Amino acid sequence: MSDEKSLSVNKALTPFNMVAGIILLIGMVITILRFTGGLAAVSNLTDDNPWGIWIGFDLLCGVALAAGGYVTSAAVYIFGLKRYHSAVRPAILTGFLGYALVVFALHYDVGRPWRLPYPFIVQQGTTSLLFEVGACVALYLTVLFIEFTPAVMEWLGLKRARTIVVRLTMLLTIFGVVLSTLHQSSLGALYLIAPSKLHPLWYSTYLPVYFFVSSIIAGLSMVLFESTLSHHYFSHKMDKTHLAEADNVTLGFGKAASLVLAGYFTIKIIGIAIADNWHYLTTGYGAWFLLELLGFVALPCLMYAVGVRDRNVKLIRWTAGWTILGIVLNRLNISLIAFNWQLPSSQRYVPHWMEIMVSVFIVTIGILIFRFIVTRMPIMYEHPDYHSH
Amino acid sequence: MSLTRRRFLGWMGAAGAGTLVGRQAEAAANVHFTGYPDSFAVLHDITLCVGCRSCEAACNTVNELPPPNRPFKDLTVLDQHRRTTSKTYTVVNRFQPASQAPKSIFVKKQCNHCLEPACASACFVRAFKKSPEGAVTYDPTVCVGCRYCMVACPFEIPAYEYEKALDPKVMKCTMCHPRVKNGQLPGCVQACPKEALTFGKRKDILNIARERIHKYPQRYIDHIYGESEMGGTSWLYLSSVPFSQIGMREDLGTTPAPELTSGALGAVPIVVGLWPVLLTGIYAITQRKEKVSAEEQRLAVSQAVEHARQSAELDMVRAMEKAEKDKETAIKQAVKKAMDEAVKAQQEVKA
Repeated sequence: MSDEKSLSVNKALTPFNMVAGIILLIGMVITILRFTGGLAAVSNLTDDNPWGIWIGFDLLCGVALAAGGYVTSAAVYIFGLKRYHSAVRPAILTGFLGYALVVFALHYDVGRPWRLPYPFIVQQGTTSLLFEVGACVALYLTVLFIEFTPAVMEWLGLKRARTIVVRLTMLLTIFGVVLSTLHQSSLGALYLIAPSKLHPLWYSTYLPVYFFVSSIIAGLSMVLFESTLSHHYFSHKMDKTHLAEADNVTLGFGKAASLVLAGYFTIKIIGIAIADNWHYLTTGYGAWFLLELLGFVALPCLMYAVGVRDRNVKLIRWTAGWTILGIVLNRLNISLIAFNWQLPSSQRYVPHWMEIMVSVFIVTIGILIFRFIVTRMPIMYEHPDYHSH
Repeated sequence: MSLTRRRFLGWMGAAGAGTLVGRQAEAAANVHFTGYPDSFAVLHDITLCVGCRSCEAACNTVNELPPPNRPFKDLTVLDQHRRTTSKTYTVVNRFQPASQAPKSIFVKKQCNHCLEPACASACFVRAFKKSPEGAVTYDPTVCVGCRYCMVACPFEIPAYEYEKALDPKVMKCTMCHPRVKNGQLPGCVQACPKEALTFGKRKDILNIARERIHKYPQRYIDHIYGESEMGGTSWLYLSSVPFSQIGMREDLGTTPAPELTSGALGAVPIVVGLWPVLLTGIYAITQRKEKVSAEEQRLAVSQAVEHARQSAELDMVRAMEKAEKDKETAIKQAVKKAMDEAVKAQQEVKA
């Protein structure tokens, strides 16, 4: 008896779990500091730099990288690409967790998080892009939650409730695409109000379009990236269909990502041309911009295309990781690196280590919940009692 | 799942309801506001400022702000190029443009109280309001603390109480709104010993400024800062040197902040209206394609089956014919054999 117990304890004490445990502990300590000492106690935010990585990374990157949910469900349910059906549930789950964590992260950043519902129930500031973001994220989180519930209901054996939700699939998918189009683009539009602060190479009246189009790229790449990791760690949880469709999903999504990247590259060039910003390209910021545009847009576009042509699944998966880095770089450029570019370096923002730890803490929570769910619920396999819808 | 008329109408209904939600945003995007007619303004004649910091001290008293780290009499802080903070609504900085050396120029900085404020446009709880008197006021009872106002402000004015855990507020100059409503002057204007600050109706203030430029063309550059910057502000400035040399940005343009985002907001109803129609259409086309291909497949299968059946029948007929023939031959042979045997037997009997 006692032998069994120590065995299960040993099993739980994997290196991963220990690292995760330490991160959670540090995160909780910082949480206490944040809500007793204010933002000043844990962050390097200043009056000149009111938004740090909790907005630049947690919000902007979090929302972009959670786009896999709407991209995949639109591909399968609206565009009829049924052979990618096995990718839907993992993508919806990643999306749902992503958005939930974005909202969770905002509780650290805003001054009085308990007032987050105020824009909806007290006073509506409809002229604010942030209102649009807030409203759409709140609604879309609900949509993702409902889209995700069939997996939970199958797990719990609630057949009738599941049937009702499954009937709503089409409506939810369309609603999800509308909401995602709106808030993905308005995250970029947030910066439209600050042309004097954002470097002209990144500032564009097309910012909302850039954010929307790049969210599709982020969504596709995240599905690929997430499936690579899942194949590594959870392949025992996958059924035959999932495993058989995996290569198809990779090739199809890789092809789509390559095409969308090509389009994104084109509109970025058009943006420079329309604002006649060519002369900035020879400056230091220009070099940084070109690195982003050539190294993290043009290059992955090409690598995806080569990968699809050669049916090289490995190359596509590596490219997906690279593309995600590119999206993160783009969001950080707009929110932090090219933002306040005219301020002297002494007034620029560098994140405090505790800000970074909070972001790590939140990502860790996401991974732990993801693991909890996929090892229990029918995410990567079809529940034997239910056929696909 | 097939697309019935009823279901389609249901979706269209949902799309229609969505458009109604978007209407408010569109209305906001199309409003053009040119400022309240009788609003007040302050003229800061930079050429008259001597950098005594009386306005800073008065501001601190009037707004009951915490005492400063160094007394207001300490004039060395003027060289630090300070910005407004949560504890100081206004600051005076010293500049020494090369063209004016060795003369110093002192510039007061505080909220400019835009006619169409970026902070008010950016706030998602409408905590900021442009009052008819000219002040941009802030309501801390609704503020969530997202700090988007600070991102939006082109003059970098709003400051935040980062050190407060439970009730942090955005802090900025109120243009002494409560005092003005009581018929008093703003604290800084009243305290200025050099009349570098003039309070009045914005219309009149603009005229005073124009007059000064007209009367003393050598003293002033021909520009009233704030007349049209970011759509115009309620604080106006006169200077002897280009404003960019004294820490004021001249590249802000004349577009009011709300106009910068109106296009993006105007797109909301379009997305809400068009996407569902388009996506339902695509869905219907995909469904139809699948249906047609399924039909074609069914047809092809049934044709193949028919073909197979026919050829099988033909084979059967042939086989039957062959069998018949074989049977006949066998009978004939058997008959012949029997006849032969009979003949043989007869011959044997005869023999």
